[in-house]
Amino acid sequence: MAITYIESRIRGERLSKTLVTTPPFLFLLLFFLIPSLIMVVASFRYPGEFGGLASFFPVPGEEETGLTLENYGYFFGDFIYAQIFLKSFGVAALTTLICLVMAYPVALLIARSPKKSRDLMVLLCVLPFASNFLVRVYAWMIILGPFDLLFSRFAVIIGMVYVHLPFMILPLYTNLEKHDPVLLDAAQDLGANAWHRFWKITFPMSLPGIFSGAALVFIPVLGMFAIPEILGGKDDWLVGNMIKESFLGTRDWPFGAMLSMILTLCVLAIAGFMTVLTRRGTRHA
Amino acid sequence: MALLEVKGVSRRFDDFTAVNHVDFSVTTGEFFTLLGPSGCGKTTLLRMIAGFDQPDSGSILLDGIDLKDTPPEKRPIHTVFQSYALFPHMTVEQNIAFPLRMARQPEEEIRKKIRETLDLVALRDRAKRYPHELSGGQKQRVALARGLVNRPRLLLLDEPLGALDAKLREQMQIELIALQRDIGVTFVFVTHAQEEALALSHRIAVMNHGRIEQLDEPDRIYGSPKNRFVADFIGNVNMHDATVEALDDTLTLALGKLGPIKAPRHKNQEVQIGMSGAFIIRPEQVSIRAADEPSPDPNQFVGTVNDFLYTGDVTTYIVDLPDGERLEALLPNSAPGRAKFFELGDPVRVSWKAEAGAFLDT
Repeated sequence: MAITYIESRIRGERLSKTLVTTPPFLFLLLFFLIPSLIMVVASFRYPGEFGGLASFFPVPGEEETGLTLENYGYFFGDFIYAQIFLKSFGVAALTTLICLVMAYPVALLIARSPKKSRDLMVLLCVLPFASNFLVRVYAWMIILGPFDLLFSRFAVIIGMVYVHLPFMILPLYTNLEKHDPVLLDAAQDLGANAWHRFWKITFPMSLPGIFSGAALVFIPVLGMFAIPEILGGKDDWLVGNMIKESFLGTRDWPFGAMLSMILTLCVLAIAGFMTVLTRRGTRHA
Repeated sequence: MALLEVKGVSRRFDDFTAVNHVDFSVTTGEFFTLLGPSGCGKTTLLRMIAGFDQPDSGSILLDGIDLKDTPPEKRPIHTVFQSYALFPHMTVEQNIAFPLRMARQPEEEIRKKIRETLDLVALRDRAKRYPHELSGGQKQRVALARGLVNRPRLLLLDEPLGALDAKLREQMQIELIALQRDIGVTFVFVTHAQEEALALSHRIAVMNHGRIEQLDEPDRIYGSPKNRFVADFIGNVNMHDATVEALDDTLTLALGKLGPIKAPRHKNQEVQIGMSGAFIIRPEQVSIRAADEPSPDPNQFVGTVNDFLYTGDVTTYIVDLPDGERLEALLPNSAPGRAKFFELGDPVRVSWKAEAGAFLDT
């Protein structure tokens, strides 16, 4: 009797688990996994004569059908593409670093403010999201225009930092807010001055927050095309612009798909690396 | 010379006086305890000694030097926090090394001291572990080791045993006494647990409402409490309103509605006839026997057993006296096989000697 009851409970739990997890699973399968696979395949196909993709199946009189490594050959055949990739990584890294340096004091200030004012301060940090992203980027055109700083790498970095700063502040704040203040008392009691209290206690304990903030800034910046297009010069392309141009400009889908594939692999490699670092950081927290 | 001197220290928060004109001094090698209920100001006092808070008036001196302008990190005083405050991202070894690294000691010296200290607290096999991998008792020992490793002049302990279960607490008490004796560091210990204070301390300052009610050795605190608060806070006590009826070498007291009793008269106690106060006597000083058995004691009453509390080693009887007064008497269960001697409602005779108990006028 009791066993039947427990069994039915377990069965019921299993059923409800299935019911809850199935819809998101199907959604991701349909709208994430399948398109991704289409892109993987597209990166190995020939471009169509008038854009898009050439036929996958043999067509009489046409040679460029089926699968090919040609697109990847283009990428590795000309250093210009790797250069744009490197430049994009550089911009992403610099943006992440500037965001970190700017966000840390803000996050620390919020985390050490009285509980009552914290929510308001967090709200202020995310308030820019209330207005449209493009409107905010165009606003920078108006600000930077008179100073003759528009259409430069500098303008791109400013735009990137401005848009992504909250993504660094929030995970940092979430981490810093959990630190037990008595640890700083203990450190001071044991002879640590303000400098040591920060570098030996607060900073190492905040590493998981730094890593997740860095991931949230670095990865989107890497694929960003709107900001460089609006604030950067025409000759200051990043990977995002290249991909966008391939699909919408030259309509060379296989080439764009190949660029996306390489970018995705790079991001996955970095994300994997950061996950390992974060695990190492959080293991003892 | 006194190592630590606390002179006329007061601390107010808005309209609440946390510490009210407190004076005491601690000598080198002493185990000194601040004992009191929560909110009595003992932790505020400790924070001021550590340097996390400043007195509004009065001064705190270490080795005769005012600590007013010395920040916590510069004071040769370490604290063991109630929550241990171990650094979660550091191993046991790194935690213990922290004060040595901050003092910029040579790496070789640090390694040697860590080894010694780990042995001292029997945690050598836990050196590479992180705090979250340790039990409560082990965390406690790491916190102690970290506080002691570079031999501070003074170690402050803020209810360090509060988070441990009873058995472990007793074991840690014994370890703490041994540790303090072996390394000779002066301890200032804060607790609200009176048994802990009695067991550990050389001297105890009993605090209430920001003031020191009594500062004495444990046996004096327990045996000769100065006032009702101390008598009531430390251990169990029978306390009855009393009026002085006659005095010579001893006192004759009217105990509530009970007849006169004899009580000892203390040397420097100013007493007058008609003075009212309280008569106190510890339950273990009260003898209990069957009502028909005679007692040689001058103070005796017959009553009935209202309740009893069997706690293994002893049984505490609560005896109702004829006029509504109530008295606790304690009987050791030393006789094998006899858990209790009296049942509820049994008529019993309670008695005590003329020199037992005390009259308190405050």
